Amino acid sequence: MKCDHCDKPAVVHEVVIKNGTTSEVHLCAEHAAQKGYQVPTAPVTQLLAQFAGQIPAVQVSARREPIAAARCPGCGLPFADFRQTGLLGCPACYDAFMPQIGAVIERAQAGAVHHVGRSPQRLEGMADRVALRKRLMQELETAIAAEQYERAARLRDQLQGLGDVGGKA
Amino acid sequence: MRLSEESAAVQVGPEADVVVSSRIRLARNVAGFPFVGRCSDTQRNEVITLVARAPLGQNFGAGLTWVNMAQTSPQERQLMVERHLISRHFADSTVARTVGVDAEESLSVMVNEEDHLRIQTIMPGFRLPDAFERARAFDQALESAVDFAFSSRWGYLTACPTNVGCGVRVGVMLHLPGLRYTGEMERVKRAAKDMHLAMRGFYGEGSEAVGNFYQVSNQLTLGFSEDELLRRFTEETVPQLIDYERSARRMLADTNRALLEDKVHRAVATLRAARLLGAEEATKLLANLRLGICLQLISDVSMELVQRLLLQVQPAHLARIDPGATDEDKGRVARATLVRRALRS
Repeated sequence: MKCDHCDKPAVVHEVVIKNGTTSEVHLCAEHAAQKGYQVPTAPVTQLLAQFAGQIPAVQVSARREPIAAARCPGCGLPFADFRQTGLLGCPACYDAFMPQIGAVIERAQAGAVHHVGRSPQRLEGMADRVALRKRLMQELETAIAAEQYERAARLRDQLQGLGDVGGKA
Repeated sequence: MRLSEESAAVQVGPEADVVVSSRIRLARNVAGFPFVGRCSDTQRNEVITLVARAPLGQNFGAGLTWVNMAQTSPQERQLMVERHLISRHFADSTVARTVGVDAEESLSVMVNEEDHLRIQTIMPGFRLPDAFERARAFDQALESAVDFAFSSRWGYLTACPTNVGCGVRVGVMLHLPGLRYTGEMERVKRAAKDMHLAMRGFYGEGSEAVGNFYQVSNQLTLGFSEDELLRRFTEETVPQLIDYERSARRMLADTNRALLEDKVHRAVATLRAARLLGAEEATKLLANLRLGICLQLISDVSMELVQRLLLQVQPAHLARIDPGATDEDKGRVARATLVRRALRS
């Protein structure tokens, strides 16, 4: 994910929920500092202390991304190349570059993290649809427990969508 | 390649006053190969062979005509871009690539675009379910011969990770002069953004909405089924946009009829009299003539003729009709002559 203002990788990701509308901000260290964001180089406890008492009306989260594999073992694509072009080299890149790829997809797809719908005929009705349903149910429970209602609503929609493609667990 | 004179691009379909055409695009990659950008030319050619030789069954009649892009001239490629059979990216690419087109030019299959396969169907007017069925039929026919890259978590895997999931883009080309002239377009664009819809110009990404033609398509491809996506577009998104546009046109007709009539009649007068016409100017004027026909302000020109002219005034089509139109100046003369003659009778 690139910075909103330049081509450098974004290290600060902010989701702003204001008056019911959601928007996203992605900034590199330099632009984040310019705009007055705290780039999280300090320990979490210290950061939390800084935030305490000055949490604004919007929800702010800032984190450094964990590091994915430097290269895809399947096709040899360096992760840096993906950063630059936005294109993956082969199907194996999806696993090799987790969790970054997952985050990119989640952001681009408005929070969706699982395929719902047709599968190739050779896979239709296979047990993994059942497993997917189970996993979504677990994630839904976690989201509700954590009071992440927007995420819970999306998971519920995905579960409903899954209902008509079989795989009832 | 021989291009049909009756291609889907010049026909008129249901709800044609607002919906010019309906389009479905599927992104697929062949399992066992790197994505296009990481393939060697040998691998890209293997993918081409696999796809072009796959038996398609009776649904596809005589099958597709496959065109090796390396053997086409820039003008032929431009012709296919103007007909929306291939993307600009595909036309300009230099890797081994081919496109398959059916006789009606309603189905085109780009092999080695950003993904191994971009399957696209276009139908005139508001016919998304028909376009979708044809794309799905081709997808399934091909799937029985070729394995697609797929993961149970992410769905159909694509070179750009933001296209994963069902890999389906549902799109319509809309003519929205009413919303533009009433100043409502910015509001519609904002609403579209909130609904995760892309609104682009005449030739897709980065192009301008010349003539107030807009392509509207989904940005999200993950988290719902392709049937649900199609249903939303067919039952909600597009009918809503059609309603907005028609109300805007009604409002203009009630409150500012002179403006509306001026736009239409000025366009017709210019088209019938001009001696020099650029492609963009001709598109804008023909779009206003199109609006005039929809509003029944113009009765002696058919919608079919306007659709045909909208295609024929584009540079590569013009050069095919009038080989003398070798540069821009000659093209402007040839374009004005073509339009004048067509609108004379």
